[in-house]
Amino acid sequence: MHPLRIERLVYRWPGAARSTLGIGALSLASGERLFLHGPSGCGKSTLLSAIAGVVDVPTGAILVADKDVGALNGGARDRFRVDHIGMIFQVFNLIPWLSALENVLLPCTFSKRRLERSGEDPAGTARNLLDELGLSDPSLASKPASELSVGQQQRVAAARALIGKPDLILADEPTSALDEVAKAAFVDLLARECAEAGTALLFVSHDRSLEHHFDRSVDFLALNGGAA
Amino acid sequence: MLGFSLRSLWNRRFVAGLTVLAISLSVALILGVERLRDGARDSFANSASGIDLIVAPRGNSVQILMATVFGVGGTGTGMTWDSFEWLEDRPEVAWAVPIQMGDNHRGYPVIGTDASYFEHFRHSGGQPLSLAAGTFLSGDGADAAVVGAEVAARFDYAPGAVIVNAHGSGEVSFDLHDDAPFTISGVLAPTGTAVDRMVFVTLEGFDALHAEEDAPAADPLDPAAMPTDDHDDHDDHGGHDGHDDHEDHGEHEGTEAKHSHEPDRINAVYVGLIDRTNVLGLQRAINERPSDALSAVLPAVALTELWGITGTAERAMRLMAWAVALAGMIGMVVMLSATLDTRRREFAILRSVGATPTRIFALIVAEAAILTAAGLILGLVLLTVATFVTDPILSARFGLRLGLNVFGAREMATLFVIFCAGLLASLIPAVRVYRMTLADGLSVRL
Ligand SMILES: Nc1ncnc2c1ncn2[C@@H]1O[C@H](COP(=O)(O)OP(=O)(O)OP(=O)(O)O)[C@@H](O)[C@H]1O
Ligand SMILES: [Mg+2]
Repeated sequence: MHPLRIERLVYRWPGAARSTLGIGALSLASGERLFLHGPSGCGKSTLLSAIAGVVDVPTGAILVADKDVGALNGGARDRFRVDHIGMIFQVFNLIPWLSALENVLLPCTFSKRRLERSGEDPAGTARNLLDELGLSDPSLASKPASELSVGQQQRVAAARALIGKPDLILADEPTSALDEVAKAAFVDLLARECAEAGTALLFVSHDRSLEHHFDRSVDFLALNGGAA
Repeated sequence: MLGFSLRSLWNRRFVAGLTVLAISLSVALILGVERLRDGARDSFANSASGIDLIVAPRGNSVQILMATVFGVGGTGTGMTWDSFEWLEDRPEVAWAVPIQMGDNHRGYPVIGTDASYFEHFRHSGGQPLSLAAGTFLSGDGADAAVVGAEVAARFDYAPGAVIVNAHGSGEVSFDLHDDAPFTISGVLAPTGTAVDRMVFVTLEGFDALHAEEDAPAADPLDPAAMPTDDHDDHDDHGGHDGHDDHEDHGEHEGTEAKHSHEPDRINAVYVGLIDRTNVLGLQRAINERPSDALSAVLPAVALTELWGITGTAERAMRLMAWAVALAGMIGMVVMLSATLDTRRREFAILRSVGATPTRIFALIVAEAAILTAAGLILGLVLLTVATFVTDPILSARFGLRLGLNVFGAREMATLFVIFCAGLLASLIPAVRVYRMTLADGLSVRL
């Protein structure tokens, strides 16, 4: 099984003059960690949206966990996404009025698969994840997310992406709000946890100093346009 | 989903609380207006059952009904005892009860009548009056009095207690008849009608109040005094011993036996017919009687007339109540809509963890449902509290009893309509959210 396989993906934003994405082929093996870099505005976030099934892509172009995302309709895509994909964004990952722990458990409330894969005691699993990501203080777990520091928020977001062992984690510049030290520590932790869970990781960033944490690095500009 | 909505609302509990309060006020108002209306109608309708005609000096039928049955206001100048006897002897008439009015006992109307009142009066769909203690007015004592349940409860009266009545029907009276006290012979069982607030004395006793009076016309503090003030004229009519004169026309045997005392003038007569179908004929005969200007009022017709008068006010109040409800609903839509922009991120996050736009749509509707339901419940609580507080006042002032009645099918329907209106109103923000989440995708853009 491939967590992700892309073949001849062309995508154009509605109303745009030319297509944003034109990718010949890209695939990730189970547990593989891929670093994707490229300049601002080149279409990295668009690619992640396409993989997550938020934008309409042609059928057959994107397979997530061997399932054709483009063939699914709206609601099914949302459900499929949470079953197989964990997501981390640059900022604003958490629902501010839920506690850190509740934020981590969100995928389990929307996905039976994620719930089943997070063990007997999902809350315990969530606590362990937070613990491993350096949020061991139990008072942190029950704090509303709005009271966490940005670095803490990103780690909670990582725990949420990891819980229930999804096949693939999409991370869209999750470190750009962090300082150098926190950045490296975060990527390190994320990479380690992905390896432990057997989850593939597609990590998007323009910051090439993080490259060495990954199995493979791809230049988006080289990848894109290949099929255009 | 509901739990999630609850948490989300709790996070905005101040605004949510205000919204609930607005809705609850409208609910209390809508149901309150309806209950007030129903209470008034029931209580009026119950008070007048079993009486086919009310005969009184010529006047407005609603006014006559209010004065005689409800003890509110008064009738015109008195009708003669002659007219009463004429009426009593009509072949269509089964019974006739004389009524005198115009005095009060500590603010409660005093009715001069005789034992036949208790025999014929019916309330609440045909129930006769019954005693909680003592006896009805009987021939034995002119100073006997029977008090309604509420009067007895309020002043702690029991048979044997001596009471003093006052002239006029106002709450505050300066003209106490302490020279003519009554002894309570009986206390009525509660009826839930105006009778509870009445004091009944014999015709003789009622007249005795006024017999010794020197024309009390000069009461500057009580100018509105009595449309029923005809008792003031008693001296002109030679006092109540004038009833001796009546023996001249005492041709009817039995009349003497029936009425131990014959006053000069009375204020009204309750009439029961042998055959109800004759009511219109009798009414015409009474209206056309040349010697005395009388009106014969059909209670049901007068009631309908009364509802015609109060209908406009009712409609205005109802309209206002629903307008408040509309304002509450708009408040809710404003609250839900105003927070949408700040909640866009929240929705994007929810989508990224698998919530479909439909689910987020449902989240908004669920929030509205919670707000509306909370409003309904709080509204009912408010209404209950308000009823508790105002019930004694309403019942003392207007003989109106709302009661803490269990709510009926119509109130359920009203609540249901409000609830549906809440859900319907929430579609406005919910549809916006649906569109927004579809457009936003997983990350909110500027
Ligand atoms: N919702 C949208 N509708 C229309 N066009 C869009 C939308 N989002 C992005 N685009 C366009 O797609 C192109 C790629 O944008 P994208 O956000 O994928 O860039 P990016 O590589 O993630 O850049 P950055 O590193 O700054 O995040 C841009 O030219 C942008 O104008
Ligand atoms: Mg981007």
